[in-house]
Amino acid sequence: MELFIQLTLTGLTNGAILSLAALGFVLIYKSSDVINFAQGEFLLVGAYITYALIVQFGLAWPLGMALTLAAAVGVGVLVERFVLRPMIGEPIISVIMVTIGLSSLLRAIVSTIWGTLPRSFPAFIPSQPVRILGATVGADRLWAIAIAVIMLGLFTVFFRRSREGIAMRAVADDQQAALSMGISVKKIFAWAWSIAAATAAIAGALVANIVGVSGELSGFGLHVFPVVILGGLDSIPGAIIGGVIIGLLQTYTGGYIGQGLNQVIPFVVLILILMIRPYGLFGQEIIERV
Amino acid sequence: MLSLNNVEVIYNDVILVLKGMSMEVPQGKIVGLLGSNGAGKSTTLKAISGLLKPENGEVTDGNIQFDGQEIHNRDAADIVRLGIMQVMEGRRVFEHLTVEENLAAGGYTRRDSSNLGRDVEMVYDYFPRLKERRRQTAGYLSGGEQQMLAIGRALMARPKLMMLDEPSLGLAPLLVREIFNIIKRINQEQGATILLVEQNANLTLSVADYAYIMENGRIVLDGYPEDLRQNADVREFYLGLTEVGQRKSYRDVKHYKRRKRWLS
Ligand SMILES: Nc1ncnc2c1ncn2[C@@H]1O[C@H](COP(=O)(O)OP(=O)(O)OP(=O)(O)O)[C@@H](O)[C@H]1O
Ligand SMILES: [Mg+2]
Repeated sequence: MELFIQLTLTGLTNGAILSLAALGFVLIYKSSDVINFAQGEFLLVGAYITYALIVQFGLAWPLGMALTLAAAVGVGVLVERFVLRPMIGEPIISVIMVTIGLSSLLRAIVSTIWGTLPRSFPAFIPSQPVRILGATVGADRLWAIAIAVIMLGLFTVFFRRSREGIAMRAVADDQQAALSMGISVKKIFAWAWSIAAATAAIAGALVANIVGVSGELSGFGLHVFPVVILGGLDSIPGAIIGGVIIGLLQTYTGGYIGQGLNQVIPFVVLILILMIRPYGLFGQEIIERV
Repeated sequence: MLSLNNVEVIYNDVILVLKGMSMEVPQGKIVGLLGSNGAGKSTTLKAISGLLKPENGEVTDGNIQFDGQEIHNRDAADIVRLGIMQVMEGRRVFEHLTVEENLAAGGYTRRDSSNLGRDVEMVYDYFPRLKERRRQTAGYLSGGEQQMLAIGRALMARPKLMMLDEPSLGLAPLLVREIFNIIKRINQEQGATILLVEQNANLTLSVADYAYIMENGRIVLDGYPEDLRQNADVREFYLGLTEVGQRKSYRDVKHYKRRKRWLS
């Protein structure tokens, strides 16, 4: 029982972080049909920027996180403006290849600046052990869940209520109709990339706080693929639930069956889902009535 | 208010579609634009609303003036802000958004966001059926309700000029009549000038103050509805009345699958 609770909490932490990383991926896909293969690298870059600000420059962590967010938004805007926009009108497959190039570029930049050796990240979020129902978990994991839940909640409200959020969903539905409402599609794409970079950066900082910073983080980021395939490429609730399912599945597999297998299981799920329900659990089906 | 002077539009640098199109839309009036399939009616509206660019089309000659400003080849968002709103052919509601969210998207360019709530009520006033379905996903509305939503959504921008592209497309005759009545009311009560593109000549001539008939990229005939109704060609080809009084019917629906090019 203790083990179960322990694994559940750990799984929820990973799941919440994965959901955050997947959210941005879904946004980009929804608004522009682009599959962003650099999402894992956004996570990596975010983690290193947080590391630089908080550990290397010694800023207080709330300030460090706020600046990381600002930097991530900047990265998102630049990527959209200089990498994606010139590709508009090109076949979608070329755009996807460009995101693969972008992922190598970001990884190269990170290893040029910070090297390739893993570094420990002195936990900036309180991490004293907390006992819950007989199990012991680090407070940092609870914080990670709380932060991820708050972020996801904020974004849900943003998409449902705010002018820009509704405009983003409108663009996702019908770009030309959105254009005819005076919605600037370019601006919306820039928003999507910025939000994607920002949420991935937070996810990266949260993971790094728990396991340290290293190139491995983009491997953690790789798990967004099983998450979004499971949840549905274009579904925001799907990203959240998919993240939690994959996170839990991983820790249960690791805890009850064996380490090692837990790295494989998400991709097993990916293949199974592709075989039985290719649009994912919550993917939008095309509404057929014209 | 709006005038087109010898406008020429070319798609993909080679396909000449508007060949010297000229027309006037005076303030406060309803102007009809009739023409058969492929005449260039939708292209005319897109040239006005700035929606040609995404389809790789361009105004290459002539000019379009609105309230004294030249507006051809300007960004769609600028043109909406000037007060021109287009209700596109085929309704084009945001399918996965609710009715209310669609209306919110229509008010995107409004600066006075505090009045949006009041205007949503105004739209529901014209289309009570939308109010009943306010939280429903737009993709599951009936065709008629979607057309109402498309018009309501445009109304949310409080346009000075509203351009409607074939609002009768695919709707039952009774519903078409209802929608045309509402268009007339919007014109009278909101003071919105209306440019109405249609294939349904009979109804258009019954609500319009003035009408143009276009063929093959230019205007071939224009006049007051009562005069056009007397014209032999109009009677034969647009009203479907031959001299013996038989009715013809032609109604084709077509759609292009377009390449997304609206950002370049
Ligand atoms: N994006 C485009 N690229 C190339 N040609 C186009 C494009 N859009 C329209 N055309 C051509 O321009 C001509 C006029 O089209 P348009 O859509 O303006 O006609 P319309 O009068 O609105 O017809 P309908 O009543 O069928 O809607 C057609 O011959 C069409 O094939
Ligand atoms: Mg048309």
